[in-house]
Amino acid sequence: MANIMDVKSAVSLIKDGAVVLSGGFYGNGTPAAIVTEMIAQKKKDLTVANNDGNTVEKGVGRLVAAGLVKKFICTWCGRLPLAPELAEKGEMELEINPQGTFVERIRAAGFGLGGVLTPSGLNTMIEEKWGERITLNGKDWLYHTPLHGDVAIVEADRADAAGNLVFHLTQRAFSVAMCTAADLVIVEVTKPIEPVGSIDPEHIHVPGMFVDVLVPMNGVMNYE
Amino acid sequence: MNSKELIARRIAKEFVSGNVVNLGAGVPQLVANYLAKDVFVWLHAENGIVGMGKASPDLPPDRYRTDAGEMPVSIIPGGAVIDSATSFGIIRGGHLDATVLGTMQVDAEGSIANWMVPGGKFAGPGGAMDLVSGAKRVIVATEHCSKDGKPKIVEKCTFPLTGYGVVDSIFSELAFIKITKDGLVLMETAPGVTAAEVIAKTGAPLAVGSDLREMEI
Repeated sequence: MANIMDVKSAVSLIKDGAVVLSGGFYGNGTPAAIVTEMIAQKKKDLTVANNDGNTVEKGVGRLVAAGLVKKFICTWCGRLPLAPELAEKGEMELEINPQGTFVERIRAAGFGLGGVLTPSGLNTMIEEKWGERITLNGKDWLYHTPLHGDVAIVEADRADAAGNLVFHLTQRAFSVAMCTAADLVIVEVTKPIEPVGSIDPEHIHVPGMFVDVLVPMNGVMNYE
Repeated sequence: MNSKELIARRIAKEFVSGNVVNLGAGVPQLVANYLAKDVFVWLHAENGIVGMGKASPDLPPDRYRTDAGEMPVSIIPGGAVIDSATSFGIIRGGHLDATVLGTMQVDAEGSIANWMVPGGKFAGPGGAMDLVSGAKRVIVATEHCSKDGKPKIVEKCTFPLTGYGVVDSIFSELAFIKITKDGLVLMETAPGVTAAEVIAKTGAPLAVGSDLREMEI
């Protein structure tokens, strides 16, 4: 069974310095109430991994703006110019992964694999700064390490008390991989938590065994 | 017809039914408007849709029913929502027949630079590097020259690369150019455009194909 907690108690489980995997594409799928509470509780020195961070007003860009992020790992941060600014000033580390590499690094961590070998980013700045070229049987690849989280924070549409999750449309994105790849998985659930067995096993996107904590929003949409 | 429409109309003729295609932002997205009625293409969006359709006024706004540029879309009957690992598995795994991308520079070796200008704002490539390294065919949709009149098709890209030696074809408002191991080959010229004009506006040696044709729009 997953633990059902209020957002304060759930966020109190996150330690300063944690590596946090956060769902969300332009902040859609990023758990807004959890991010708000992380700022209220001043979780600091975080390493945050998210596709794009979105902006300083929506998404984990808010954590960057609050000065809580030591290192930000993303695939694109065009809506968060603060990130490269802070990186330039040496106030935050910024790591860029191609989007497919980003999700595979997380999946590798969750699935017990030694990392990612991908052609994406060969002969580019990604290779210069963040990748390691490996040649196997005459073919070149970029090697990237698995990306494991101390915590994953994601948003789901439905959950039952066993922690089984159903996402709404593209809310799914990175969150499936992230739920497999963190020691502590905290899920902000939009709709009221349902009794165990209410979700058809065939329709579950993430099995409850991956999920530790459910934060019920009871239909309150936390659009930032 | 403006140049964007011309480029999009011509590229739309490249696809056959059953193709899985990713269209980048800008001109590439216009291609979807000009597919022939009997051509059914699976449109793929990085954020997790395969089988994307136009936004429908009948559907309520939904921030999870968008393309990878956060524009509203629909999901066609038969379309599917997928997670990011599957989405990029489609891209890298040889399942994406083509990606159509705009660019700042593309060169005679098939390298493309479309994610950052030197000294410009730093953002990151998003899914572009996966698209150019993974798609079976990388199609560049671009105006032939930049706004200041400089060729975008060059001998060697000077901007940071998105991918090295990955581009198959370039479609501009002037021409269709194929990239071969021997360099650029002019395949088609747009109506009213001469081969000499295309050659003059291209920043790399351009061979005229043996069966050079006028573009059918």
